[in-house]
Parts: sequence; structure tokens; C-alpha cells
Amino acid sequence: MAVAIVLVLLIVGSVIFNFLSPWWFTPIASNWGTIDTTLIITFIITGIAFVAISLFMAYSIYRFHHKEGRVAHYEPENNKLEWWLTILTTIGVVAMLAPGLVVWNDYITVPEGADEVEAVGKQWQWSFRFPGEDGKLGTTDIKFVSFDNPFGINPDDPNGQDDILISEPELHLPIDRPVKMLLRSYDVLHDFYVPQFRAKMDLVPGLITYFWFIPTRTGKFDLLCAELCGVGHYTMRGHVVVDEAEDFDEWLSSKPTYAQFLAAATAAPAMTGLATKGQEVAGAQGCLSCHTIDGTSGVGPTWKGLFGKEETLADGTTVRVDEAYLIESVSDPNAKLVEGFAPIMPPYELSDEDMAALIALIKSKSE
Amino acid sequence: MAYVAPAEVDDIELHDPQSFITKYIWSQDHKVIALQYAATAIGIGLVALVLSLLMRLQLGFPGTFSFIDPSSYYQFVTMHGMIMVIYLLTALFLGGFGNYLIPLMCGARDMVFPYVNMLSYWLYLVAVLVLVASFFVPGGPTGAGWTLYPPQVILQGTPGHDWGIILMLVSLIIFIVAFTMGGLNYVTTVLQARTRGMTLMRMPLSVWGIFMATILALLAFPALFVSAVMLLLDRTLGTSFFMPAIISMGETLDYGGGNPLLFQHLFWFFGHPEVYIVALPAFGIVSDLLSVHARKNIFGYRMMVWAIVAIGVLSFVVWAHHMYVSGMNPLFGFFFATTTLIIAVPTAIKVYNWVLTLWRGDIHLTVPMLFAIAFILTFVVGGLTGLFLGNVVVDVPLSDTYFVVAHFHMVMGVAPILVVFGAIYHWYPKITGRMLNDAMGKFHFWVTFLGTYAIYFPMHYLGFVGVPRRYYSIEGTDFIPASAVTLNQSITIAAFIVGVVQILFIYNLIWSYFKGKPSGPNPWKATSLEWQTPQTPPVHGNWGPNRPLVYRWAYDYSVPGAAQDYLPQTMSPDDPIVGGHLGRGDEKDHHS
Repeated sequence: MAVAIVLVLLIVGSVIFNFLSPWWFTPIASNWGTIDTTLIITFIITGIAFVAISLFMAYSIYRFHHKEGRVAHYEPENNKLEWWLTILTTIGVVAMLAPGLVVWNDYITVPEGADEVEAVGKQWQWSFRFPGEDGKLGTTDIKFVSFDNPFGINPDDPNGQDDILISEPELHLPIDRPVKMLLRSYDVLHDFYVPQFRAKMDLVPGLITYFWFIPTRTGKFDLLCAELCGVGHYTMRGHVVVDEAEDFDEWLSSKPTYAQFLAAATAAPAMTGLATKGQEVAGAQGCLSCHTIDGTSGVGPTWKGLFGKEETLADGTTVRVDEAYLIESVSDPNAKLVEGFAPIMPPYELSDEDMAALIALIKSKSE
Repeated sequence: MAYVAPAEVDDIELHDPQSFITKYIWSQDHKVIALQYAATAIGIGLVALVLSLLMRLQLGFPGTFSFIDPSSYYQFVTMHGMIMVIYLLTALFLGGFGNYLIPLMCGARDMVFPYVNMLSYWLYLVAVLVLVASFFVPGGPTGAGWTLYPPQVILQGTPGHDWGIILMLVSLIIFIVAFTMGGLNYVTTVLQARTRGMTLMRMPLSVWGIFMATILALLAFPALFVSAVMLLLDRTLGTSFFMPAIISMGETLDYGGGNPLLFQHLFWFFGHPEVYIVALPAFGIVSDLLSVHARKNIFGYRMMVWAIVAIGVLSFVVWAHHMYVSGMNPLFGFFFATTTLIIAVPTAIKVYNWVLTLWRGDIHLTVPMLFAIAFILTFVVGGLTGLFLGNVVVDVPLSDTYFVVAHFHMVMGVAPILVVFGAIYHWYPKITGRMLNDAMGKFHFWVTFLGTYAIYFPMHYLGFVGVPRRYYSIEGTDFIPASAVTLNQSITIAAFIVGVVQILFIYNLIWSYFKGKPSGPNPWKATSLEWQTPQTPPVHGNWGPNRPLVYRWAYDYSVPGAAQDYLPQTMSPDDPIVGGHLGRGDEKDHHS
């Protein structure tokens, strides 16, 4: 008996929870209101089914629980009833599926003239690329990726020279213009996910995937990786900022083209022999996928200006970055973790020679 | 109508155990093997339970427990999922319940190949031990998520990428070999060793569910086997089945030409039928629990059988609904959304028929019945939320969020486990000859039912907010309200309460074995064959000199005109208790 009452309370409680819950979709910031509508249709149909079925069950238990002398009704089947229920269910399924497929057709049909923007994922960072004045993204290949060419742009493709490179994890987009996001990964699966846009898609190494949307509201939105991509997955964040057209143009014009980036890299002051070797070590060990050398933010602390700096640690104490600290932090990264960074760096065992080269590189970035 | 002694009587002599070792350790008795499977599965399942609680500690109280760092968190997530799906639920339903129930419910003396059946268990144990070993190798177990997606699963940056993943894959390969040995047995036994009169359409739905699930598993596990072997080669020999050209952490790797999506297709070609490998036995068993304890035939038996078959067939053409945002060809979305929503129809029919079995019944609110009722509610929630995720475009905002976590825990975690509990309370008297303690059982039921609902119902709403799954920490986001942290805390507390009460369940299992009320052969007054054995617990060979003769289906409860409210399948129409009523299909099926 108690179970019938508890069931009713649970069902009523669930419905009340639904209406009082402070946890609901973020206000939408894209054209995909139709996705929300389809979801609401699904919600209403399934909600009715949930309440109807479970209340009927609760009533059955209340009405037919065992009492002295009760005899169950013997009725192996009832074809008519079963067919009616099948037909009713089929109607409900069609009512959910039909609008779903219509909206899916929109979702996978990119409108003519959508702006192409590329998002590049690697563990555990975002970067972005715009096509530049010619409106065409240059071709890329992972074999072209190097220190001077972090996006792997084909150096012989003229379309690539004016591509605009965004090396930090903040993407700006103009409001009310359809954008086709082209997605590319260097290493593992990632997923481009902004909750307010509703749309998302995986990044797959070896493929270029895509999806499209129209930003409909200015503001700064969280960008998250939504496909498990290793121990730093939860730190693979960024922002998408939706601007008015003029603010967007101003932002974009402040960013370097590939040609400019290349020129700046070539013109950088020559490093000492040891620091050059350090650069090789840093590349081979993968340090630079998390630590930048130009002061921009990364998964780990940047190396620009790091040496000699006073760092606050996660436990609140401070430490001056010297050779001993660097050596310790390579072999036991979480021993003295800098505040604000996640404990995700694996320990590395470097030869004394490589370590010295790496320290020389880090020192050279603080001169 | 003349009685003819079954020809198989002699075979009890063939493998009659002689010593303690052959009786209880290297046993070929399906009942002992079933208990070995069940004990091992529950043991490793408790490990998975502890892992989930550690995970919840981090989610509810982030940063409070310094021993849970991101690496270990992802390892907990991964091993919890893998153990629960494969090593607990699959092994328990098929190796445990399948082994125990199929021969008894079909009237067979044992599985058709008892020796292979024994090997199946011991290989399963090896698979579990290899899995456990991965906790103790350098780098620990894999933390790639239970889906083991390449490329990350074998690259640095993922915990356990060096040794953990190798042991994981080896363990899976051994598990599949073990399962195949058992699975061939279950299918062959159902098809070949049923006793006289036990036509397919007289079989209890428990057997139908386990039978169909085994067929699915025999067809689906090879896809996992192949992907595990290929992934192992990619990891150890540097082949590139799933590995494209990659720059990992700044280093150009020697891989090239492979495709990560291939793995996903193979994995889910196994992975979606796997959902039904767990669900179909639960569907079957819960049908029998409802019928016995409501003293009423299962409503729409034939429709229930065909629904099981239809779900089984359809489950092979819906796999890519796990991949709507994977980057596969978007046109697949139309096909897989349609097939996925079609599968809702036979599933809904099953739900209606369970509820209609209660309608106009004589409902005894025993512990097994309570768990069966809780299953229906939980399954309704989990099944309906599946329609969101199946309906391709609705999946887009919800995929990879806590909505998915809540959905699959409701539908293939909590719901089947509630059936497992109900089934244990139901069949424990047959296995031991004693009843489980009722008070402890009811307490266990209420805490488990309400606790799991409190964990997973609100969790859907975190998914609506957009909280991504598999996040060690959600700090530093703007869109997640602070109240979500409070919700996470309450979920963690509920999880601990549910976790702790399982100790009471284990205690009840042990206590009742020694002190439980003697049950007699048929405490629930049930009709199916396992309750009609000459001894309780049944001895080796199950039936004494003569196998039972079946006259009717398994659902003759409250038959009008009969002198008692159940007619065992072995009861002849000439028996005065029957009162002249012929069980369903008696005339046309009899002795066919």
C-alpha cells in the first residue's frame, strides 16, 4: 500500500520539480530555437506518457493489492487493446520524429554564403583561423606543422598567406551572420561546444568536420570541449565572443595573417646554441602544447618572463622560479603547483643535458 | 497421452561429481557455475560501486579530497563503467541467471555442454583478474572512458595509456572468449534440451529474455573482439587501424591512414546491442516476477515474446545514434533516428503489458514485487529520456552532458539492477532453501529505490543546463549556476546512502543462508518448472529419475474453476485441482 502512495508522491514531486527547478537551458544565442522547440515537443509527449503510465500503475497497485478473498482476473490477451496501444504509441513517436527530422535537415544544410571559420583543437587548447581577404582558407596538412607554422598551412597555397591566425582560445564572431565552423584536430577527438548555441560537433583527427549556426545575441560565452580528450579534458576551455559587426572587424584586424606571423617568427632575435637545443627538446617532449613562449595564456604557465618570477602556489605559499624549482617541476609537476592551474602535467624524466637546454630556453624568454 | 520415459535419463551418470573439488570448484553443474559467476560478478561489482562513490566525492565536493587527482578521477570513471556494463551486468544476467534458470526452467538436466560451461566461468575469472591487475601496473588502469575511443586511449595524456590499456583489451578479449563458450551453451540448451511438452511458446519470459540476449551477445561481441584486437595492435605494434597522422604534445607520431570513426562504428555495433543484452533478461525476469506475485498471467504473452524478438533484431540497426555528433556522414542521422524511435514501439508495448498485468491482479507486495514495481517506474523514466537522445536533433544539445549520464544510468544501470535484486529475493529460496529476511529486504528496497531516484532524476536537469559529462571540475564556467554545486552535493550524499545500504543486502544474503526461515520447495506458489524440483535446493541432475512433463504455459494463475490459484506447468489436465479447465493452448500444443 505504502508503495502506491510513494509512487504518487514521486510522480507529483517529479512534475513539481520540473516546474520549480532552477536548472534549465541557458538562454539561447543562436538560430537553433527550432532545436529547442523539437525538444519541448518531445518533453511534452514523453511527460504525458510518464505521468499517465506511472499513475495508472500506482492506481492498479492501490486498487488491486492483495486482500483476503481477492481473485485475479484471468485474461491472457486482449488483441483489441494491444492494437490500440500500439497505434497510439506509433502516433506519439511520429509526432516526435517528424519535426526532429525536419530540423535535422536544416542542421546539416549549410546556407550559401556562410562565413567559414576554422577551429583547431589539440590537447588541451583551442585556436582559430579566418580566411582573410580572399575569403578562402588555405589548405592544411599535419605534416606542415612546425614551430613557425603552428596551423600547418600549406606554404605553397596562395590562399593561405592571408589567413588570419588566432592563437589564443578566444574566438570572436559577428552577430547575425551564418557561420560554418570547420573543425580540425591534431591529436585526439575533441568537441566544439557552446551551450548557448545548442549546436555541437566532434573534432576528429584526419578529418575536417563541420556544423553551422547564426549567432543571434552579443555576449561572451563559454567554449568547452565536450568529448573526453585525456586528463586535461576539463581544462580545454575557451570563449566565443559575439560582437556587433564593427567591433568584430576591429578585433579581427588586430590579428596577424599567416604571412605576418611567419615574418615575425623569422625576425625574432637569434637564441644561444643551448637555447636553440632547448627549443628542440621542448618540441619533442610536447612542452609547447601547454606552455606558450609568447606570454599568451595556455594550459600551463607561459615561459615568457617566467624565470626569476615570484609565483603563488596552489597552497598559498610563494616560490621564486629558479633552476632548482624548474628541475623539480619537470620531474614532479604537482609538488609545487602554481595557483590557478590544474594538476594535469605528467612527470617527465629528462637527461641532465636536455634539462639544461630547456632551462636555457626558459631563461632566454625572460631576458 | 501414454507417459513415455524421456530417453536422456542416463546422462546424470556422466558427470556426477565425486569429490568436493569437482562438486564445488571444477564443477560442471550449471547451478554451481551460476553461483560462481554471480559471486564473482557481484564481487567485482562492489569494486565498481566504490569507484563510483570516489567519483561522486570529487563531483560533490571538488578539491576536498586530495587523493582524487584528474588522472585517478578518469580512471575511476572508466573502470566503473566498464565493470558495471561488462563484468557485472552481462556476466550476472547471462552467466549467473542464465546458467541457473535455463536448464531448470526448460526442464533440462544441465547445459548441453557442461565442460565448456565450466571453462566459460574459469576464463571469465581470468578476465576479471587481468582487469583487476590493471590497477596495479605502472600508470594504473586506463582512464580513457569506458568507450576506449582512439586515438586518445593509447596516447600520452591519457592515464594508463602504456600498461593499463593493454590489460584492459586483453581482459576484454578473454571475456569474450569466455562468454562465447557460455553463450553457445545457453542457446543450444534452449533449442535442444527442453523437456517434453515445453514448446517455445510455453517458455517463461525469463528464458525468452535470456535466450534472445544471448543471441544478441553472440552476434555483437565479435565486433568488440575485432576492435579490441585492432586497438591492441595499434598500441603494441604501431599499426594504424584507427590512427590517422597525429601530432601528440608537439611530437609527430608514426601513425597514419587509420580512421578513429571506424572504431566508433565497431564499438557501438557491439555497444548498442549490449544495452539490450542487459535489458532483455531484465525484461524477461521482471515479467515473471510481476506475474507470480500478482497471481495473474502475464498480459499479452505472445506480444511480449514478439516484442523481445523485435527489439533484439532492431537493436542491430540503431548503433550510430551514439554518434550523431561524431562527425560521421550527417545523412546517417535520418536513418538511425528513425530506427531508434521505431524501437520505442515494441518497448512501450512491454511496459503497457507489465502494467496491465498488475491491473485486476491480486497483488502481493512482496520484496520481489516491490523491486519489479520500482523497475517499471525507473525504466519508464529511462526509456522516455531515450527518445530525446534518439531523436537526432534533440540529441545535439544534450549529447555529452549529464542528461546522457542520467538517462543511461536509469535505463541500463538502475533498472536492470532493481530486477537483479528482485530476482535474488525471488529465487534465493530455491537456491538455498531459505527465505531472505523480509524486514532487511524491505529496508534495502526503500533506500535503494528512493535513493537511486534522488540521484538520477535531478541529474537530467544538470544536462538541460548543459553541464558536460566527464569533467573533473566544472569550476570557472559562467553558464553553470552555483546551485548546481549544491545539487551535486545532494546527489553525492544520496549515492553514499544507496552505497552503504548494499552492505545490508550482502549481510542479508549471508545471514539468511544460516538463519533464514525455511522456504519449502515453492514459497511463492509459482507455476514454472524450477519450483517443481523434487529437492530444494535442486541436486545435480535437477529432476531425479524422470524429467518433468509439461502440460501448459508458465502463466496459469487464478484460472477460473481451478481449486488453487496456480497450476504448475507439470500439472496434467486430468488432475482434479485443474477442475476441467485446460491451460492456455493445451489442446493444440500438447505433446507436439
